[in-house]
Amino acid sequence: MIINVARKELKSLFASPMGWIILSILMFGFGTLYLQGVNSYFEVMSGAVRPAERVGVTIYVGSQIYSTALFLLSVTTPMLTMRLISEERKSQTMPFLLSAPISLSEIVIGKFLGLVIFLSILVIYIFVMLSTLNIWADIDFGYLIGNSFGFILLIASFTALGIFFSSLTNQPIIAAITTFIALVSMVGLGSYFASDPSHWFNYISMTKHYQSFTRGVFDSADIIYYLLFIVTFLTLTVRRLDSDRLRG
Amino acid sequence: MNKVIFENTIEASNLTKSFGKNIAVNDVSFQLKKGEVLGFLGPNGAGKSTTMRMLTGNLAPTNGDVRICGIDIISEPKKAKALIGYLPEMRPLYKEFTVNEYLTIAARFHKVPSSKIKKALEEAKEKCGLSHMSKRLIENLSNGYQQRVGIAQAIIHNPEIVILDEPTVGLDPIQIREIRKLIRDIGQQHSVIISTHILPEVEMVCDRVQIIDNGQLVFHGSIEDLKEQRRGNKLLVGFSKAPALSRLKKIKGVDKVENAENGMFRFHFKEKYLPAEEIVNLSVKEGWGLYHINMDITSLEETFVNLTQTS
Repeated sequence: MIINVARKELKSLFASPMGWIILSILMFGFGTLYLQGVNSYFEVMSGAVRPAERVGVTIYVGSQIYSTALFLLSVTTPMLTMRLISEERKSQTMPFLLSAPISLSEIVIGKFLGLVIFLSILVIYIFVMLSTLNIWADIDFGYLIGNSFGFILLIASFTALGIFFSSLTNQPIIAAITTFIALVSMVGLGSYFASDPSHWFNYISMTKHYQSFTRGVFDSADIIYYLLFIVTFLTLTVRRLDSDRLRG
Repeated sequence: MNKVIFENTIEASNLTKSFGKNIAVNDVSFQLKKGEVLGFLGPNGAGKSTTMRMLTGNLAPTNGDVRICGIDIISEPKKAKALIGYLPEMRPLYKEFTVNEYLTIAARFHKVPSSKIKKALEEAKEKCGLSHMSKRLIENLSNGYQQRVGIAQAIIHNPEIVILDEPTVGLDPIQIREIRKLIRDIGQQHSVIISTHILPEVEMVCDRVQIIDNGQLVFHGSIEDLKEQRRGNKLLVGFSKAPALSRLKKIKGVDKVENAENGMFRFHFKEKYLPAEEIVNLSVKEGWGLYHINMDITSLEETFVNLTQTS
């Protein structure tokens, strides 16, 4: 049943221009960054950088793309998550799901998975794009896999937060704005406190927990952090929908 | 699926729903028998839609319970919901999909096995006259066709019970006729509940009526029972050269005479007397110029108003 809900979400993302436009704009952006990175790599590495600080082409191009992608996704995810519940409420299609023999958690998880799968297309795209560097260089696949994995967790957390804000209101725009504020402040605060590694905020910072993945390290603490984050917000969403059913 | 035949497909007992201090539905109990079309009547805001939302598990009742073919909808919602097809007042259509896509999703959600989805789709579309619209976007369909898609969505999994909330609102007279015919057809195989505030509609499509007002059940019975309420002991008579009122009162069996609209008279007569023949005979004999004589039937509207206001 979860799969059926996810399929429906994916189908409706691709049935409207919204999904296509977001995918194509982001892919265009990443493609441009990729080209620029490859073009400037030798120039930067041969002259400006001291030999000790020189990095491989995977990290040089990859870090540019992943850090931009992190920012771009905190802007685009709200536009996609707002649809998940508040738009269904607004267009009065919620009863279609609620009167089918599907439980509330199946609905929420299905919607969540649908969007995560959609956004994973971008992760796969970036992975394939960076892999093409392997044609003329010997690239670091560990770095790519670590980043892709971390990125999917990050996207999933963004989506979980977005679906929760989406369940709070009937107005898609309000859902989008609140999710946007929440995500940008989390990402922004993360980079604000990054200079002070001992600060408590680093324990709850979304970006800080992403750092180890960028080095290709799979730290169970980071994975658990993201899983807890996702489970918390999905549970809150289910509770919220259940209270709708109880109170009317 | 449970194939045991239940006499009552829906059993609602003591359903109550309050929103804060406002009681929307107050202690409503009723049964729906197999293969019956039940009309839910009531003025706006009487609690029809709220009751339907509770029957379909969209809303939890404050008190009371609902059993669908013997299955409690609160403790076993999935099993119970699988037996119901529901079309809410606002059609839950995903307008970005085509008719086929939307109905496929509906079939999957209602656990129609993938091998049977195609057949279920064809059947539902044929019943609702949608076969030639399969590949059209729902957004581009007319109001009436969108309503049919809504109904098709509710019957796609061949449920025991079909619940339609105001299925004919906003349609033109021809579409209304077609939708009514469709509802009657569906009623052959399924138990149906429809809500409406259009009285003649109930008379045309329903076997049994339930009138709800202010959250309370004020009438329930067969259509015949409702018609019985309409037929009073009254005759509407018109004379071109009318005699005095006191003369008319003396006619055998007449209880009371009063002036009615257009210069006619309304005769109230005693139980088991029908003074029509007497009136005609007298009119001929005394030259009153009788031009109109008919049973004075209270309109359904009037019956409805009487029922909902006496409560």
